[in-house]
Amino acid sequence: MNNIKCECGHVNPEGTVLCEACGKPIEKNQHIDGNDTKKLLNMRYDGTARRSQTYNKSFIDKTWAFFSSVKVGVWLIVIALIASAIGTIYPQQQYIPTDAISRDPAVFYEDRYGIFGKIFYQLGLHNLYSSWWYMLLIALIGVSLVICSLDRFVPLYKALKRQKPKRHKTFISRQRFYSETDNVSDDEVEQLKTELQRQRYKISEDNGHILAEKGRFSRWGPYVNHIGLIIILIAALLRTTPLFYLDQYVWVREGEQVVIPGTDGEYFIENKKFILETYDENDERFKEAIKKQGEMIPSNFQTNAIIYKVKDDGVVGSTKELEKVKEDEIRLNHPLKFDGYTLYQAGYQLNEFTSMSFKLHKTDDPEEKAIDTFQIDLTNPKNEYKLDNGFVVKIDDYLPDYELYNGQPKSKTNYPRNPAFVFLVYPPNKDDVEISFAGIGRNIDATGENEYKLGITDFDVRNASGLTVRRDYTLPLFGLGALIFMIGVIQGMYWQHRRIWIHPNQNTLLLAAHTNKNWFGLKKDIEKAIANTSVNNVSDQQELDK
Amino acid sequence: MGNLLEISSTMLYTAFILYLIATAFFGATIKQNKNSNQKGLAEKIGISLTVIGFLAQLVYFVTRWMASGHAPVSNMFEFVTFFGMAMVLAFIILYFIYRFTILGLFALPVAMIVIAYASMFPRDIAPLVPSLQSHWLYIHVTTVALGNGILAISFVAGLIYLIRQIDQSVSSKRTTWLELILYTLVLFIGFSVITVIFNITGYEAKFNYVENGNEVTANYHMPPIVGPKEAQAMTQGTMEPWFETPEWMHGKDAPRKFNTLIWSFLTGTLLYLLTRLALRKRIGAAIQPILKKANPDLLDEVSYRAVAIGFPVFTLGGLIFAAIWAQIAWDRFWGWDPKEVWALITWFFYAAFLHLRLSRGWHGERSAWLAVGGFAIIMFNLIGVNLLLAGLHSYA
Ligand code: HEM
Repeated sequence: MNNIKCECGHVNPEGTVLCEACGKPIEKNQHIDGNDTKKLLNMRYDGTARRSQTYNKSFIDKTWAFFSSVKVGVWLIVIALIASAIGTIYPQQQYIPTDAISRDPAVFYEDRYGIFGKIFYQLGLHNLYSSWWYMLLIALIGVSLVICSLDRFVPLYKALKRQKPKRHKTFISRQRFYSETDNVSDDEVEQLKTELQRQRYKISEDNGHILAEKGRFSRWGPYVNHIGLIIILIAALLRTTPLFYLDQYVWVREGEQVVIPGTDGEYFIENKKFILETYDENDERFKEAIKKQGEMIPSNFQTNAIIYKVKDDGVVGSTKELEKVKEDEIRLNHPLKFDGYTLYQAGYQLNEFTSMSFKLHKTDDPEEKAIDTFQIDLTNPKNEYKLDNGFVVKIDDYLPDYELYNGQPKSKTNYPRNPAFVFLVYPPNKDDVEISFAGIGRNIDATGENEYKLGITDFDVRNASGLTVRRDYTLPLFGLGALIFMIGVIQGMYWQHRRIWIHPNQNTLLLAAHTNKNWFGLKKDIEKAIANTSVNNVSDQQELDK
Repeated sequence: MGNLLEISSTMLYTAFILYLIATAFFGATIKQNKNSNQKGLAEKIGISLTVIGFLAQLVYFVTRWMASGHAPVSNMFEFVTFFGMAMVLAFIILYFIYRFTILGLFALPVAMIVIAYASMFPRDIAPLVPSLQSHWLYIHVTTVALGNGILAISFVAGLIYLIRQIDQSVSSKRTTWLELILYTLVLFIGFSVITVIFNITGYEAKFNYVENGNEVTANYHMPPIVGPKEAQAMTQGTMEPWFETPEWMHGKDAPRKFNTLIWSFLTGTLLYLLTRLALRKRIGAAIQPILKKANPDLLDEVSYRAVAIGFPVFTLGGLIFAAIWAQIAWDRFWGWDPKEVWALITWFFYAAFLHLRLSRGWHGERSAWLAVGGFAIIMFNLIGVNLLLAGLHSYA
């Protein structure tokens, strides 16, 4: 260590720019903060030595210096900003609209946005925010935050701790706010002091040299807010693990009771009823807007649910007994919470079929008199229905959600939203079998020679609720990080560290002042303090008006 | 209830007029510099009218809330109007800190441009879809608007700084950029003017066209310079579109919005050219002389201070409250929806701004340009994202 001894006798560590005790510029280090070319002193950490500015030899030194540079930090932020903007040019994969020709990104982007869409997709920009390089960018900002805070923490601590009232004359005269007044009486100085005290400045004195200071704590604001940001980043990291973050989706039909996924079979949910309400189109207030919209505007999506917990898991194989935990309405903006889990209303399906009734009649019977009837339970369709008078109906194919796709019948989903059947009808005492196709609104006779026909007589429908199941132990951590961040920014932004030095120099009184922001406020403080004295007002030595 | 709505729109109108008169008084403070008594009076009247105007707008807000049953921040008209109101409030706050009259001369016109712009959107009271039925809607939107309003004052101070400081004796890159900013402000006026004109004439033209396989109708209120692709004109005797909306423009009502955009550009450009013709110099150069007495150090200070005050408010409203609401409404506190991403971009931008201010060389003019950039991002998120990028947010 090459310590530097100042003329005031204080020994400063290597890299010091302004003497820690008296503030006199240390000749050979002025280039570090650029003071050599400027009239005003750079007051960053009062010129205390910083590791990053002092050591620059080894690889570690260089890395440290790199990440602790605000310039690098700003670059990282700007790159993250631009990257984030690029991701909004086209929708991200999860926002591919439902009316898209295909939700397959390989098809969608090119189809809708042409060649640029294709490039967007091929560069992986449709999942930009979960890409490795975006996460790396955010991680680098985190690293930079930690290192730069560490780099400055000690210097700041030292600078704030060592606030000596007596400073070197050069330190005083090279402050932004500065004035000189001849022949100021002791009384006036006293008055100045009292006035500053009244404005809640803390006064310290040394042999006629006075330092008035307030708002020192605000200097810690940035460190507090950076700690908040780091906590948020840690929370984001933890959230990628299933231990801290559970995300499941469950469909429950009305009247049904299903196990809640992700709870190890411990909890069940029963959907008592799903409710969809819309605004009254005759409502005087909303009439116009609804008419313009051209469709009904929903006012409520709601699932009336009961949560059960398995009571006793003692005997293996015994039928599990359920205990009611909670009964509540799940609405948008009103999730249901129980034992650390949260259920959100996320989707719905109206009018799913639960059962369908058919009748069999002779094709040429104009009255379509039923020979026999049967009912298919769609939650559990059987292979074969034996009818009373000898007929057998077999289900050859069942399409729960029928659609015609390129001329081929197909099931869009596995849910009974538009059920259709290919039936094999075996008349009694006959060998040949008749093939018949039946669904809602259609009844097709494949050969055109069928003697018997199947018709739908009745059906039951019910609604289904789609619910997301969440358990997120990282939420409190995010909340804590956000809270600390807010405390930190408010601390740093709404308060300022103001210092006023009074420096007697023979017959002249030198007055200098510094603040980290809000110079206007500082000037007003000074004006108030010197109001009834002969002390000259400070002039602003930094002028933008050149 | 109909009465309430009437009171509401009258009050908004009143507020607008009051801001206009207040601006004139703030203008008078510059000219009457020699007579400081008169100056003091003009200043007092100016700020009083501003405060009264703000109160009138508050009445607009409350009565509309009473009429609709929910806070009027749920569609484009309501939200942007509220943003204009927040700007006025932010100006009032900063005025009482700095007693800086020239700020009013620019802040109020910008707020008025914003309010006029907002008033051109449909003003029907729309019911709230379920995801918006939350107290967090009000908390989130009002805090964001206030934060944006304060940050907008940073732009205003930065703009005054630029007009004051940039050398207008020769044409340079900087004068060009400054003119571009002023021209953009005129474009917004152009939009309002042309909308009012065609509203008065009651122009209408309907088109049927196919979008994503669905037959839809476009309802034009301005003569169709650009029509929907392969559209069928449904109204007799209207103008034949000169060309079709390009293929890559998607989203609800894209052709109509594109057409409005073209009209706004034409009108705004015409207004700008006429102004230039009358002034016989750049608008920036014409304004510059009246700013002689504005202290650039103070302008820089106000611009920076507005960011210092607005940044925490914006963070709280735009990110933290937004996340809390999203967690309750959509089961995730962050979902990379374009509007969310642009809030993050705004936040990144002002974080970068604050860090740059820590170093030398970023005060003064550079800082003023940054303040303009920040405002551009805010306006893009407010307007551009809704019109260009589709998302969950419903202010379309
Ligand atoms: C998005 C991320 C960040 C945010 C939101 C943030 C926020 C802030 C805020 C609000 C301040 C106070 C500024 C002022 O008082 O004018 C600050 C100061 C600071 N930030 Fe950051 N910051 C971020 C990232 C970084 C990074 C990556 C670095 C690393 C180089 C960094 C280094 C600093 C430094 C050195 C200070 C000044 C500390 C002082 O005055 O003692 N920040 N930051």
